[in-house]
Amino acid sequence: MKRWIPLIVFLVLVGFFAKGLFLNPREVPSPFIGKSAPAFTLPVVGDANTSFSPADMKGKVWVMNVWAPWCVSCRQEHGLLMALAQSQPVPIVGLNWKDKDREAAQLLSDQGSPYFAVPDDLSGKVGIDYGVTGTPETYVIDKGGIVRMKHVGPISPDIWKEKFEPKLKELGA
Amino acid sequence: MIPELGHFALIVALLLALTQAILPLIGAQRGNLTLMAVARPAAQGQFVFSLLAFGCLAYSFMVNDFSVENVASNSFSQLPEIYRLTATWGSHEGSLLLWVLILGFWTTAVSVFSRHLPEDMVARVLGVMGLISVGFLAFLLTTSNPFDRLIPAAVDGRDMNPLLQDWGMIIHPPMLYMGYVGFAVAFAFAIAALLSGRLDAAWARWSRPWTTVAWAFLTLGIALGSWWAYRELGWGGWWFWDPTENASFMPWIAGTALIHSLAVTEKRGAFKAWTVLLALTAFSLSLLGTFLVRSGVLSSVHAFATDPARGAFILGFLVLVIGGSLVLYAWRAPKMLSGGGFTWFSREALLLGNNVVLLAALGSVLLGTLYPLLIDALGMGKISVGPPYFNAVFVPLMAPALFLMGVGPLARWKEASLPDMVSRLKWALAISVATGILLPLTLDGFKPWAVFGFAMATWIFLTVVIGFRERLKNGARLSSLTRSFWGMQLAHLGMAVGVAGITVVANYQVERDVRMNIGDHTELAGYTFTFRGTTEHQGPNYRAARGTVEVSKNGKKLYELHPEKRIYNASGMPMTEASIQPALFDDIYVALGEPLDEAAQTWAVRVFHKPFINWLWIGALFMVIGGFLAASDRRYRIAVKATAPTGAATQGA
Amino acid sequence: MKSRHKKLLVIFLGLTGLGIAAALILNAFQSNLVFFYSPTEVSEGKAPSDRAFRIGGLVEDGSVKRDPDGLTVRFVVTDTAKSMPVIYKGILPDLFKEGKGVVAEGKIGADGMFNSTQVLAKHDENYMPPEAAQALEQAAKAQQSLVQ
Repeated sequence: MKRWIPLIVFLVLVGFFAKGLFLNPREVPSPFIGKSAPAFTLPVVGDANTSFSPADMKGKVWVMNVWAPWCVSCRQEHGLLMALAQSQPVPIVGLNWKDKDREAAQLLSDQGSPYFAVPDDLSGKVGIDYGVTGTPETYVIDKGGIVRMKHVGPISPDIWKEKFEPKLKELGA
Repeated sequence: MIPELGHFALIVALLLALTQAILPLIGAQRGNLTLMAVARPAAQGQFVFSLLAFGCLAYSFMVNDFSVENVASNSFSQLPEIYRLTATWGSHEGSLLLWVLILGFWTTAVSVFSRHLPEDMVARVLGVMGLISVGFLAFLLTTSNPFDRLIPAAVDGRDMNPLLQDWGMIIHPPMLYMGYVGFAVAFAFAIAALLSGRLDAAWARWSRPWTTVAWAFLTLGIALGSWWAYRELGWGGWWFWDPTENASFMPWIAGTALIHSLAVTEKRGAFKAWTVLLALTAFSLSLLGTFLVRSGVLSSVHAFATDPARGAFILGFLVLVIGGSLVLYAWRAPKMLSGGGFTWFSREALLLGNNVVLLAALGSVLLGTLYPLLIDALGMGKISVGPPYFNAVFVPLMAPALFLMGVGPLARWKEASLPDMVSRLKWALAISVATGILLPLTLDGFKPWAVFGFAMATWIFLTVVIGFRERLKNGARLSSLTRSFWGMQLAHLGMAVGVAGITVVANYQVERDVRMNIGDHTELAGYTFTFRGTTEHQGPNYRAARGTVEVSKNGKKLYELHPEKRIYNASGMPMTEASIQPALFDDIYVALGEPLDEAAQTWAVRVFHKPFINWLWIGALFMVIGGFLAASDRRYRIAVKATAPTGAATQGA
Repeated sequence: MKSRHKKLLVIFLGLTGLGIAAALILNAFQSNLVFFYSPTEVSEGKAPSDRAFRIGGLVEDGSVKRDPDGLTVRFVVTDTAKSMPVIYKGILPDLFKEGKGVVAEGKIGADGMFNSTQVLAKHDENYMPPEAAQALEQAAKAQQSLVQ
């Protein structure tokens, strides 16, 4: 019996590790999934007279990407978003979160804007309504204005293909 | 093209590793010499292709090929060349490639320095190492390809994590991995012995130098890591009991137990099953460390980007390797008969006691590291286990180990006499206790842990001296002492030096956070620090506010220190770069906090006086040198001559 | 020495070692485990009043104030539902910023302020400590259930 003890101890540990793996702290399911996207009306970056509201998107499947000019990981996904804006599978709205230094307009004109609209959430209040914990975060919202999916962290081509594309197809984008 | 070549080389390496694993193992089982002979060339070929892949990645970093995702995410055009090279292993993918490369290196070393071993033993050892290579290469190719392209290419990179831009980090990862992966050799020897059923003193003798060398590298790696943390994290600490640090420390404790237990198995033929289990444990803990750091199950100050798919792969691999080896152990254990009787007071018994203490200490570190994970998995909330836990458990547990360290080397094998030992050691004991009590009286404040630390350091030092004196009294000359004796004593002496350093710095360091205007000064440990303001400084890939702090003693100016607050260009990440004036007996450490009033140049400044901190790393260096000395002992080569007269000149681990 | 005696010795040594280790570990766990609470849980009175614990969340915008000594900092940690005023003396980590995630360790003082002995921020620009993220998620969930 004694000689099996090391193995048993190890297997118990493995059980915990396996459980631990699926407790990834970053992948906390958003409480908003399956609920209506919180409503807001915000001015658009670069044009203070125009405003954006999720209600404008009714009847469309769309993606809301929460980003900020000061956010480094957002630059990582910028190229992919640009490519997506070219092929246009779905409109992408870029919620500009807590841009206190007012750099968004300049940055988007320098590097190109992948966004359909860029609402300006200077106070960060809209972000809080959506439960944003950090940038970048991306939400998929369906034709009825219901949040269907949330992704935390930058989007890579693989993540887009494996996580977003099936979801968008299912929603009929 | 070059990245594709590297990718291709990795695939070839995987195929060669498969060959190296499967054919020789089958050959050894069937007694087929042709199949066994595949082991060496396959192993060496695998190493060559891993090296080629590594070279390709290093090249991509050196020429700033930002069309490679790994380069774009971890390097930067303004990054100095030396850091571009080290950025090769700064990322998750790159560090795994380094792991594979080093495993290939060890495998090749075994294939070269094993001419005196029986063919089937070599075939099995290389085969087992091949299996490990297969696992890591498959991991690289399926989940973490370092050569993935980024299309379109990035205009510039996102820079290496500024914390890693320090020259402690240049050599720390390779040394650490040399240690981690080196335990794979001990592991492979143990598995080979279990497979063949040939567990004898010869087996212990073969695996002993490898284990000692791996242990020495691991010691060096951990010491460098601690040195890096001290210099770079800006908090003046040198050990944080962070999960990443524990991940490297646990195999070290197991390895320390293993080299001592191997000594008994080699000399006396005892503890066979125990030694085998320790060899399996040391490498299992290396793998576990990789799992903990790479999978993100534990959040840590310096965990890499985490990914559950990678975690699942490593976990599966862990189950295969560790689970498989433990099943093999359980199956074969009854065959291992322990030889060599001994009494309760003998060198064997003392070494066994040391092993028990070390394993208890290991268990406490393992539990502290995994406890948050266990609690989380059971849904009982989030907790953290911090340094207070580890200090409260680990330090008292190590006390008996330190005491036994002094007694063990002086005790005789098989049966020692207690009255004899008492008469040989009574003066050493008395002096140690007296030093422990008296020395703190001369310092600031009387602290119980300082008494204990000084007594232990003195004790180990004196027993080392006694060890030498007794040898010389018996007519031996210094030059006639064996290298393994020198190695052991030097390593033990290193422990004494390290314990002394830890005791002083942990009990008598002083620090102060102060608000300073230009011209303000503050006193600490007899030194006067005067703040002379900051100037703009332009680094290769960062901007910095560089402060000038004048240090003087008794009104005499000694030197100026220049701590910096940096902002890295690519990431915009702020970083505190401390400025340190090192010396044998004390370090002066100055770091800039935040600017409190930029116009007036008022800063929060943190100053430390760190007495004896360098003794820690000097002690570790002694242990490293001791390890290498012991591994180069003549007797490992004499054994070679006895069995294989040809090629003996090239031996030596 | 007979092998039976040797076996007994091994078992005795092992048990003694384990016993001491277990005693030390239990004792250390008793006094040194640090639990984590969100500001909402603290305001509900779930946090202990006599021992140290950790709180996490975002540093509320505009809440960071320094005392004239320059080293005492006051700020507010919020999980967006409830807030907790924190006082800390010393140098803050490089990545401490308003609107960013933070974890602070300390005790609640008599004045209801959280007296922090240690402030942690991650070595990563964009992400907050998982504990802080969890506090925010919990608060968001709680708010959601209030709305419904």
